[in-house]
Amino acid sequence: MNLHEYQAKGLFAEYGLPVSEGYAVDTADEAVAAAEKIGGDRWVVKVQVHAGGRGKAGGVKLADSTDEIRAFAEQWIGKNLVTIQTDENGQPVSKIYVESCTDIDTELYLGAVIDRGSRRIVFMASTEGGVEIEQVAEETPEKILRASIDPVVGPQPFQGRELAFKLGLKGSQIRQFTNLFMGLAKLFEDLDCSLLEINPLVITTDGDVHCLDAKVNIDGNALYRQAKLSELHDPSQEDEREAQAAEYNLNYVALDGSIGCMVNGAGLAMGTMDLVKLHGGNPANFLDVGGGATKEAVSEAFKIILSDENVKAVLINIFGGIVSCAIIAEGIIGAVEEVGVEVPVVVRFEGNNAALGRETLDKSGLNIIAAESLTDAAEKAVAAAGGQA
Amino acid sequence: MSVLVDKNTKVICQGFTGGQGTLHSEQAIAYGTQLVGGVTPGKGGSEHLGKPVFDTMREAVETTGATASVIYVPAPFCQDSILEAVDAGIELVVCITEGIPTLDMLKVKAKIDSVGVRLIGPNCPGVITPGECKIGIMPGEIHLPGKVGIVSRSGTLTYEAVKQTTDKGYGQSTCVGIGGDPIPGSHFIDILTLFQDDPATEAIVMVGEIGGTAEEEAAEFIKSNVTKPVVGYIAGVTAPPGKRMGHAGAIIAGGKGTAADKFAALESAGVRTVKSLAEIGEALSEVTGWS
Repeated sequence: MNLHEYQAKGLFAEYGLPVSEGYAVDTADEAVAAAEKIGGDRWVVKVQVHAGGRGKAGGVKLADSTDEIRAFAEQWIGKNLVTIQTDENGQPVSKIYVESCTDIDTELYLGAVIDRGSRRIVFMASTEGGVEIEQVAEETPEKILRASIDPVVGPQPFQGRELAFKLGLKGSQIRQFTNLFMGLAKLFEDLDCSLLEINPLVITTDGDVHCLDAKVNIDGNALYRQAKLSELHDPSQEDEREAQAAEYNLNYVALDGSIGCMVNGAGLAMGTMDLVKLHGGNPANFLDVGGGATKEAVSEAFKIILSDENVKAVLINIFGGIVSCAIIAEGIIGAVEEVGVEVPVVVRFEGNNAALGRETLDKSGLNIIAAESLTDAAEKAVAAAGGQA
Repeated sequence: MSVLVDKNTKVICQGFTGGQGTLHSEQAIAYGTQLVGGVTPGKGGSEHLGKPVFDTMREAVETTGATASVIYVPAPFCQDSILEAVDAGIELVVCITEGIPTLDMLKVKAKIDSVGVRLIGPNCPGVITPGECKIGIMPGEIHLPGKVGIVSRSGTLTYEAVKQTTDKGYGQSTCVGIGGDPIPGSHFIDILTLFQDDPATEAIVMVGEIGGTAEEEAAEFIKSNVTKPVVGYIAGVTAPPGKRMGHAGAIIAGGKGTAADKFAALESAGVRTVKSLAEIGEALSEVTGWS
């Protein structure tokens, strides 16, 4: 689960980490009131969306007057922001964040992820702040410093000091950075983070370490014990169909092809997409109906797949392990009758009760194309969608 | 011969009396697995599916002499269950449950590595040595005792590989689902090591998917340590970057973990790769010369 910048900074503040005073607001009037409350004569206003690249897309502005703040708020609230990380429709803006302006001397990078290879939380720091860290990692890997957290003893101050010295920090900055490192490591563990990123982390003209941006992702599997964080979930930032699928325990990811896929198991769902591509077609989606697929789940899966108007055919690939193909067959029939499926449906059953499942589909009298094998299924689906196979 | 489990392996089910535990224990017993009992705290002293129920893993292990356990408890309780099994002296823990918080797995993995206990999963179908021992949720009837070792990150993709090796008549020595999570208890390399040393395993099928670098590390390992023929398949060529494809671990992040990189790594290690998952059986025939 992703958080907004203002939410992440709120958490940082709770952990005593250095962030600017700021307020997230819903209207232009509130934006002006927030600026007046903060005081001063310079502010930064930022749209709150789950996407990077906001600055280049016009979603971040340095404002010298409350009139500018009002104009920015009126320009963005209720609109969509398109950045290099969003699709062509962009992400809806419902809040903007108003914060005091920070005078920057140096821009740094500090982030933490769970490194799968070493099975540790790993911090990364770099003097190359404010730019894409992936690009730095690619072009100048030596500029990325690392510190790995031992799961038994946890983070140690020396690790923070070491990073600070290597970043070229001086004097009281060493202690400030070490406190930030220790605080972030605690926050990471306390809140079940999967990613933390401060880009840029800055040294102000006064010489202090300060978090100018904040990105926090939370492990979705841990939300059961992070009730407070669950409330920060903003469904408006998610793909509507993906969110709808999640409600029925379906895993759905939209793609831009014409063959809708419904598969049990995440690996097989990917394998089926790849097979479609290999046979000259393009998958319209990833969809895993899960191990215990019910009639309701199959019905919902159909509705979600067919809500994509690019879909010209549907390929259903079920390897019945726990789930019986006969039950899936009934689900398909029910769904086709209920939803009114007008595109060709190709079905491949294997495993548990596969023969009975095929028989059930045959007897239904519905226009469902039975496939003999995996390859046959992919070929028939591509042909049905108007491809060349 | 086989790896990890055989007809003599005694298994305890953790979460025995729950829905999943009951369903899959029934099937395991019917398959012939030596499931010698289960643990459900508070139900000790009773019987379930004709087997004794214990309150604690320690009691279960002391009473039955079990060396393996299978876990069906809900995700929030898995760290506790795995560590209880480890503390009771279990040598092989198979965790089927999906959705364990990643930070829990960091701690669990550090612990099991320090004491030398083997964990398979979580978020996996389990382990089966056909005709001898089935620990997990895989359909037993598609398997055939035989000579191919199968290791995979995905459940249903394992079944596809199993079916193709069964249809060819080759059968399987042991099939191991290592699971789709970012921090698995066992990696490809752990299982490849076992298959290489197992006389009953004559060829290996390795099924990977996008995300992480476990396949690349396995390729390096195969290059210098595996002399048996290996067929490899990677799912997710068409997966877009930055999107989690069902499994918690199946995500291309920061340009890393693509199917193309993994295919290339396996090919450079001499693995016979297939781009279509329907061709696993055929490729095995080619690399082994089996008819």
